[in-house]
Amino acid sequence: MISEQLQEDPLIAILEARFSTAIESGLSQHDQIILYIDPLRIVEVCTFLRDEHSFNRASSVTALDWYPQEPRFEVVYLLHSVSTHQRLRLKCRVSGITPSIESLTSVWPGANWYEREVFDLFGIVFNNHPDLRRIMMPEGWVGHPLRKDFPIHGHKYDYGEGSTQ
Amino acid sequence: MINTPAEPITNSRRMTLNMGPQHPSTHGVLRVVLELDGEIVTSAQPEIGFLHTGIEKQCEALTYQQVIPLTDRVDYLANLSNNLCYVLAVEKMLGVEVPARAVWTRVLLTELTRINSHLVWLGTHALDMGAMSMFFYCTRDREELLKIFEMFSGQRLMTSYFRIGGLALDHPRGGLEACRSFIKMFPSKIDEYEALLDNNPIWKSRTIGVGVVPVETLLAMGATGPMIRAAGIPWDARKDEPYSGYQNFEFDVPTRTENDVYARYRVRMEEMRQSLRIMSQALDGMPDGPYQADAPKVVLPQREKMKTQMEALIYHFKIVTEGVRVPPGEVYQVIESPRGELGYYIVSDGTSKPFRVHMRTPSFGNIQTLGVMCEGGLIADTVASMGSMDFVLGDTDR
Repeated sequence: MISEQLQEDPLIAILEARFSTAIESGLSQHDQIILYIDPLRIVEVCTFLRDEHSFNRASSVTALDWYPQEPRFEVVYLLHSVSTHQRLRLKCRVSGITPSIESLTSVWPGANWYEREVFDLFGIVFNNHPDLRRIMMPEGWVGHPLRKDFPIHGHKYDYGEGSTQ
Repeated sequence: MINTPAEPITNSRRMTLNMGPQHPSTHGVLRVVLELDGEIVTSAQPEIGFLHTGIEKQCEALTYQQVIPLTDRVDYLANLSNNLCYVLAVEKMLGVEVPARAVWTRVLLTELTRINSHLVWLGTHALDMGAMSMFFYCTRDREELLKIFEMFSGQRLMTSYFRIGGLALDHPRGGLEACRSFIKMFPSKIDEYEALLDNNPIWKSRTIGVGVVPVETLLAMGATGPMIRAAGIPWDARKDEPYSGYQNFEFDVPTRTENDVYARYRVRMEEMRQSLRIMSQALDGMPDGPYQADAPKVVLPQREKMKTQMEALIYHFKIVTEGVRVPPGEVYQVIESPRGELGYYIVSDGTSKPFRVHMRTPSFGNIQTLGVMCEGGLIADTVASMGSMDFVLGDTDR
């Protein structure tokens, strides 16, 4: 449900009229708008925002892990328009069993590395991503460090020949 | 990060070159896999992650105040910008009002940080291109500025000077005078740098027309800051989304339209002049009064009070042992760091430790454009393009 205060915002009114079924809920915190979007329609909504409302960049893509709740993950998109200086935060709830969501690289190519980072550190798979592999951790790493059930001190890792760890 | 060696190409003209992770012009540990056709770069694939230290994960195990020293270490050349962005985000969540003296001091010192960062960039960028003396000049003048940081915070690099609700300490004796004499001295130094580089034929031939990428591509790929301003878009968070009282200061946002390495150099030089302008306004208008907010549950009490007042002692005990409880919610705070858009996305679950701290760092976005910027250019231009991005690997890998 979108809060009443938000419905007065012209951009939200347009989005609400056009994507009434895709927007799950919306709220405003510290004057920043947060919209929960149906993960199946995120590409559609973002393409619309880019083409019709000049959101020409995704400032960042990240995720939250609400372990042990279900749906466990929230993928967070921080959108920004350089021409209107407007910011918008979209969130998609993703299940923890086989976490996956459509990639936004077709909308903003810059989402590429941000999605790789989320894949690496949270283990959320981005479908149709051109180059989905680890970016921060070594290739043979097991686990996803930013998940809440990953221990803060890490676990033993074999750094290869000659390593003492 | 990949560990497998790049595949060799047998065609005699084509070769794969591994630049880094230990390479003098990457200034950190960055690996770039270059595919060459003779002298022409056909593909440049940056590989990052060698400096990943899991700072975002560590933040989740620390209280809100304990995170501040970690933010220094994200971008070690713009430490105060990172401090500022983090404390602004937490203050927004807590609803703490910061006194004017702290706000103005923050502006003064973050602009000094911008000069610090640009000086290191200028020195190393010129060094990569063969102008070795620039590095000595820049390091010489940066020394003066590090002394000022040391006066204020006791530290030259990892300052941690901004705290939630204000500053760690009040101004030191002679601190503002040191800033004044720096402002007086520094313009002639910028002239000196420009005299060495602006009309230098080698510098110009290596930078003009190099590293041009359409601005729409740059934006969509995540580039921010001077890289965008050198392409003609006057986007600066200090003007467009003012924070920490920047709306009270008069300054210009320097832009260029050429969108090449030389334009980025010119933009940064001009930014140093604008930073001096902001600093002198901050010095002239520096208000008196407290340097910490009147928020006993957030700000540590003065030592004097702690020894004489029971409440102050209790608050001190609670803040040190438990930390500050931040109401549930989330905030995304953006500032203009020397490198571009720096954002802290903080989520609180109501406890005294952040649930999640995501750092939207400018170097990460800027470095992503390396591939498109270098493709089709000469291999020698790769170093020029990389230098013009002004990335810090700690900022990229976190």
